[in-house]
Amino acid sequence: MALSGALRNAVGRTCGVTGLFVDRSSERLIIVNAVTAVLWLATGGVMALLIALTRWPAVHLISSPEWFYRLVSAHGAAMLVFWILFFEVAGLIFGGTILLNQPMVAPKVGWLAYGMMLFGSVAAAVVVLSGYATVMFTAYPPLEASHWFYLFILVFAVGALIAVIHFLVQITRARITGRIRTLPLFTFGLVVAAILALFTLASGTAALIPAWLARLGVIETADPGVYRLLFWGFGHGAQQVNLAAMVAIWYGLASLMVGARPINEGLSRLAFLLYVLFIQMGSMHHILVDPGLSHWARGINTSYFLYAAVMGSMIHAFTIPASVEVAQREKGHTGSLFAWLRNAPWGSPGFSAFALSFAMFGILGGISGVIMGGIQLNLIAHNTLIVPAHFHMTVVAGTTLAFMGISYYLVPLITRRDLFLPGWAKVQPYIFTTGMLIFGIAMGLAGHWGVPRRHWDISLSAYPFAAGTFDGPRIQMALAITALGATIAIIGGTMYVIIAAGTVFLGKRNDVPNIGHVDAGAFAPPAPAAPHVGRGFEAPGTMTLAMTWLALFVVLYAVSWYEFSSIQWGIR
Amino acid sequence: MIERSSTLVAPGARWWSPLGRDERLWFMVVLVWALAMFLMIFVIWPAIGDQQLTFSSYRTDTATFKAAVDASIAAHQVGELEGRPLVAPPPGDVYLLGERFQFTPALRLKKGETYRLLLSSSDVQHGLSIQPDNINFQVLPGYVSAITLTPKQDGEYTIVCNEYCGIGHHLMVGQIAVVP
Ligand SMILES: [Cu+2]
Repeated sequence: MALSGALRNAVGRTCGVTGLFVDRSSERLIIVNAVTAVLWLATGGVMALLIALTRWPAVHLISSPEWFYRLVSAHGAAMLVFWILFFEVAGLIFGGTILLNQPMVAPKVGWLAYGMMLFGSVAAAVVVLSGYATVMFTAYPPLEASHWFYLFILVFAVGALIAVIHFLVQITRARITGRIRTLPLFTFGLVVAAILALFTLASGTAALIPAWLARLGVIETADPGVYRLLFWGFGHGAQQVNLAAMVAIWYGLASLMVGARPINEGLSRLAFLLYVLFIQMGSMHHILVDPGLSHWARGINTSYFLYAAVMGSMIHAFTIPASVEVAQREKGHTGSLFAWLRNAPWGSPGFSAFALSFAMFGILGGISGVIMGGIQLNLIAHNTLIVPAHFHMTVVAGTTLAFMGISYYLVPLITRRDLFLPGWAKVQPYIFTTGMLIFGIAMGLAGHWGVPRRHWDISLSAYPFAAGTFDGPRIQMALAITALGATIAIIGGTMYVIIAAGTVFLGKRNDVPNIGHVDAGAFAPPAPAAPHVGRGFEAPGTMTLAMTWLALFVVLYAVSWYEFSSIQWGIR
Repeated sequence: MIERSSTLVAPGARWWSPLGRDERLWFMVVLVWALAMFLMIFVIWPAIGDQQLTFSSYRTDTATFKAAVDASIAAHQVGELEGRPLVAPPPGDVYLLGERFQFTPALRLKKGETYRLLLSSSDVQHGLSIQPDNINFQVLPGYVSAITLTPKQDGEYTIVCNEYCGIGHHLMVGQIAVVP
């Protein structure tokens, strides 16, 4: 049932740029969720700088181990959980209401979810920073955290669960009322993210409740092995939610920036479906070197049954750039193999953030994850710095940068204000990526050479027999470069926070906000594909890039096995 | 005629189309690579590798395990290393306990012999990280990991704890010396 014109004007407005209906409740909820997300990003970023400068042995900034471990605990929660989830809720509201031209089903539910998430996140952070839960983001029992910590995290998780269910109700209503038949691919990707989030948040709740009850003394203990299994259903599951949301944003930005139209809609949707069916199995790769599970269970799960979920990602890795290439070729950029790429709008932050996020995630994050997630190779990766190196390439260089990229458009359109400091926005993705690239490679090498994660002082100087284990020049150098990369990335992150917050609070009011270049085809109705002439590939440049990427993957995979085989211990 | 749609608008009624030439080739290549990785993990490496992650594990209670560690120390102690017992067990079962904030005992193993390392914790979770070879296992209280190890190179290996276990986590080390 479509809203009548008068009713639509009473509850919302029509966007001057996209022509989409913007419901007032959605608008307000998107703004508060996005602003809260950015504040968490800023908070986590300050902690990141302090941590990086402490892990640089020559500087070793924070002299109190107690404070270092508090900050690592809070940094993990602020970034991996709070920044990401508040932003994702903003994205879900956008994808479930505005993009589908419908008002929000139950704004009160949206506010309830936000209230619970806000209270839970702030209260949990206060508990951690006051030293009552110095247990890392993972809070493995039987480490002692205040029972309040578990309660506040649970309040947050239930709030997030409500927001996700609210989104799914929105989508269902749009289908039932016939407002929409097939979802736009962008929203389809968000639905996949939401389905994964249901499992993820349920698994986290199942892990935390026994841990909480054990701290309260209601039950005797929470089994540490079972906790790890359930916790990682949440901890890694959440990253798989991020993956699906990020891929949806890649598709969305590709359409927004160059009018990309997926070369095979069905294949792209199938790739998302592979995520729904198989990707949660990968959560088990956190417990590959744990006691408890059989070899078979660990192996079959972390190989995602024939790497079916990895295949999903590899399909996106081809179809997204191929769609960009085809769109660019249709615009006449056919001069050479890569003319389409050279003539892409690299000066628009939406395109550069998308392209850099895509490249960083695919090359560094994705390959490293598949390699270290295999049952054998995990032995030389588990709990070393290569683990945070990997997930900073996926969640930070990948997901966070994609979120930054889309918010350069979403925030002005929703707040009806011009983007603050658009010149900064042009260079911000490049600065951020440069820092993350340096950071990721250097920290990955330090981990490869054995440096442990979550460790205040690797000099090990308390015991002469152990001192000097990590004193070699290559490790010292790698950690110095890690801190340098982190600093550059944090400068890029700070620029983003200033631009985003500046737009919301200081941007010039404008009913048709200036958001820079947007492709004319971004919101155009479906149309026949241009006939493909000749017998060559439709996207030869993408095919070349994809094959090169796969060759790199094969080489890195082979090198990892070689390194593994050279361990001077027989192990069974 | 195949329709294509921006990802920001709903596609038309017929959005499924057969795979084109580009997609078919890439899909086949990806399938082959996924299969290759799967075979490497389940068939090839199990047949040829010296390092396997097939270790078994069982549940225990911390008091029982600690008693077994103490008995092993009493039977095979040969000295002391900076405040912790140094144990030289014969090939067979070797006990190693993670407790805040040290690995007990220090071990002296013989190159080329095969040992079954029985690994557990008496308090919280720890991480056994053998350096410089970079071999890493998770250590859980209430569970014993039984890992069969054959050192092939003599030398002194440092054990570092790489799972956060409390305020003294960075002090937590141990040693395995492999003698010819
Ligand atoms: Cu420890």
